[in-house]
Amino acid sequence: MKSDIILSGVGGQGILSIAATIGMAALENHLYLKQAEVHGMSQRGGAVQSHLRISENEIASDLIPLGKADLIISVEPMESLRYLPWLSENGWLVTNTTPFINIPDYPDMNVLLAEIEKLPHHIAINADEIARQVKSPRSSNIVMLGASSPFLDLPYESLEIGIKKIFGRKGEKVVQLNIDALKAGREFAIAHTPVGSR
Amino acid sequence: MDKLLLLGAEAIAQGAIDGGMSGIYAYPGTPSTEITEYVQHNKTARDRKLHSQWSANEKTAMESALGMSYAGKRAMVCMKHVGLNVAADAFINSAITGVNGGLIVTVADDPSMHSSQNEQDSRFFGKFAMIPILEPANQQEAYDMAYEGFELSEKFKIPVMIRITTRLSHSRSGIERRELKNENPLTYPEDPIQFVLLPSNARKRYKGLLSIQSLLEQESEHSVYNTFIPGRDKSLGIIACGIAFNYLKENYPSKSCPHPVLQINQYPLPFSKVEKIVDECEKVLVLEDGYPFVEEQLKGFLNINSKIIGRLNGTVPRDGELNPDIVASALGKEVKQGLPVPKVVANRPPELCSGCSHRDIYNALNETMREFGKQKVFSDIGCYTLGALPPWNSINSCVDMGASITMAKGAADAGVRPSIAVIGDSTFTHSGMTALLDCVYENTPVTIIISDNATTAMTGGQASHATGRLEEICIGLGVKTEHVKVLTPLPKYHEEMVKTLREELLYEGVSVIIPRRECIVQSVAKNKKEGKVRTGEVKL
Repeated sequence: MKSDIILSGVGGQGILSIAATIGMAALENHLYLKQAEVHGMSQRGGAVQSHLRISENEIASDLIPLGKADLIISVEPMESLRYLPWLSENGWLVTNTTPFINIPDYPDMNVLLAEIEKLPHHIAINADEIARQVKSPRSSNIVMLGASSPFLDLPYESLEIGIKKIFGRKGEKVVQLNIDALKAGREFAIAHTPVGSR
Repeated sequence: MDKLLLLGAEAIAQGAIDGGMSGIYAYPGTPSTEITEYVQHNKTARDRKLHSQWSANEKTAMESALGMSYAGKRAMVCMKHVGLNVAADAFINSAITGVNGGLIVTVADDPSMHSSQNEQDSRFFGKFAMIPILEPANQQEAYDMAYEGFELSEKFKIPVMIRITTRLSHSRSGIERRELKNENPLTYPEDPIQFVLLPSNARKRYKGLLSIQSLLEQESEHSVYNTFIPGRDKSLGIIACGIAFNYLKENYPSKSCPHPVLQINQYPLPFSKVEKIVDECEKVLVLEDGYPFVEEQLKGFLNINSKIIGRLNGTVPRDGELNPDIVASALGKEVKQGLPVPKVVANRPPELCSGCSHRDIYNALNETMREFGKQKVFSDIGCYTLGALPPWNSINSCVDMGASITMAKGAADAGVRPSIAVIGDSTFTHSGMTALLDCVYENTPVTIIISDNATTAMTGGQASHATGRLEEICIGLGVKTEHVKVLTPLPKYHEEMVKTLREELLYEGVSVIIPRRECIVQSVAKNKKEGKVRTGEVKL
C-alpha cells in the first residue's frame, strides 16, 4: 500500500496534529513514513501545508511529486484548492467548509464552494459545526481527520490508538473529546460518499 | 536498538547525544532551531546534564563550543546558514586552531528562502575553512553523521561541518538508534599553544591544515556516504548530493535508474570517483540543493568540462530548492500536474498575530510618522519584519541581525531626521548592543524602538537574553536614563505612545523606547497550561 497525502490549512489550525496522528497510526501498522512540515515564518497566519507519505515500501522523496497525491485533507476551504496541482486524477479532496478569513481579498464563499463542487471526488464538511455538536469545539482538525479516514489505507482503530498516543499526556478527557470528533467526522464522510466510489 | 520518528533536525540532535556530546550551543534560527530544542527536552541529555542553553548569537555559540572542545569534550554548535556569517570569524579560525574534543558545526541552509534573507550555500564556507563536510540525504544519515562526526573530527583534529537544508531538517521519518557512547573526560590540549593564533604559530598551524587536505580527500574517497552505483546507459551520468539523491530515486522506483550514479554526501570531493563518472559518461548531470557548488568545481572557469550540466547551463533552475518534479524535468521526464489552482484562490502571506504587541507599536509609529515623513524607519529580523507588509507598511529595511540600529545611525550621519530603528528584544541582544554603543559614542540622533515581547518569537518562543534587563543594558551602554522610555503597547495607550514617540523623535541624541508586552502566542500558551484561557479567544 501507499498513501501520499497533502495536509493544508492556515498556520495555527492544527494540521501538524493530524499529521502526527496519522504518523502514529502508520507506525502502529509497521509502515514507512515521511512527513515534510512547514516551520518558521509561514506559521504566523500564512498558508501552510505538510506532505505526508506512508507506504509498505521504503519512501525516497520527502516531497510528493505533482499529480501524485492520493488525498488532500484541508482544514480550510480556500487552502484546499491551492494544492490541486498535486492531486492525482483519482485522488480525493476532503475539506472543511468553515473559512478562516484573515486577508482583505478573501473570495466569495459561494464561488469557492462551487470550485470545490466541480471536483469529481470530494467531501466538503462543516468541521467546526460538527466539532461543536460533539462538544469538542477545538477539535475541528480531528473531525477532518475522521472525515478523511475512509480514504486512508489504514485500519480505523489505529487512528484511535494514534490519538491516544498524541493527546495522552493532556489527559483522558482531551483524548475522549478527540475520539468523539474523529468518529463524527468519519460518520459524516461515510454517509456522504456514494457507495462503491472509494 | 530503539526506532524513533524524528525530524531531520531532531535526528542530528539524537545522534549527537548518542555520540557522546557534552554540550550544544546555538542561537535559534529556522530551519536549525529544533536541534537544540530537542536536546533541551531529551531525557538522556538532562540526566547527563549536557549543556543546551541558548547563546546570545552564533558567534558566542561557536566560541563556546570551541571552548568545550578545548577542554577535551565533544561539542556541537548549530545555526541557520546566515548565522554562519555571524560566526564566521570564529568558524574559519577554528580550522586553524584545530580541536581537542570532537567539534561539529551543524548548519541548516534554506534554499527557496522559506524563512530567510538569502539562500547562501554553507558548503562554500566548509570548503573555505578546508574542513570535511557531511551532507545527509535522509534522517537516518543525519543521525549517523552526527553520531560518527565527533570521531571524524577527533581523527583529524579539526571541526567537521554537517550541512542540511530546510526540507530534511523539517521532514520526519523513522531512524534506528545506536549504542549510547560515554562522554569524553576533561583533558587539556597536548600542545599548550595549539589555540594561540599569533602569526608565528598560526602559520605553522595553517601549514598543518594544508598538509591534511589530501588525507581528507582520501577519507571522502573511502567514505560509505560517497557511493558509486554502476549503470549500463552511459549517455548520462548523475552526481546527486545530499537530499537530491532522494528526488532522483523517486524518479526511478525500485532501483531502475539505467545511468551510473555517484552519490556525494561527504566532502572534499572524492577525486577518483568523480573522475570515473566523468570519464565514462557522455554527459554528467549534477543535482545539488543550493548553489552549483560541485558543478562549478567540475566545470572550472574555462569550462573545459563542457559535458557537465546542471544549474549553470539551465538544465536545473539556477535558484530555489530542488524537488522531485524539477529533477524529473532535468532527466527529460514528463511531469503530469493535477488540475490548476483556481483563479479564485488568493495569496495568504504570514501576518502579525491578532493581539500582537508589534501591531500596537506600528499603529502608534505610523500615526507619529505622518508628521515626520516617510522612509525613515530601519528595521530588523523577527516577527516585526511583517510590519513591512500591508496594512502597516511601517518599515523600510530588513537586512541582517542588528542592522536596524547601525543603518539608522548611518542614515542619521547622512542627515536623515528623525532616523528610527525598530528591533526586537532578542535581536537586540544578538547584535544590536554594539550598534547602540556606536550611537552612544557619537551621541548620534537616533530613536531606537526595542519592541520587547520577552521572547524569541519568530522561531517559536525561545528564551530571550534581554528579558528583565533591557533598560539596565541600555543605560549601562551609556544611553541617558531620561531617554530610556518604557511603554505598554495596547490600543488604550495609543495616545500616550504617540506622545512619547513624538518627544523622542525630536530629541537630538540617542533615545531608546521600549514598548513591552509579552508575545501573545506565549501568553496564550501559558494561560492554556494554567487553564485560564477562554476557548476560541485568540486564534493565530
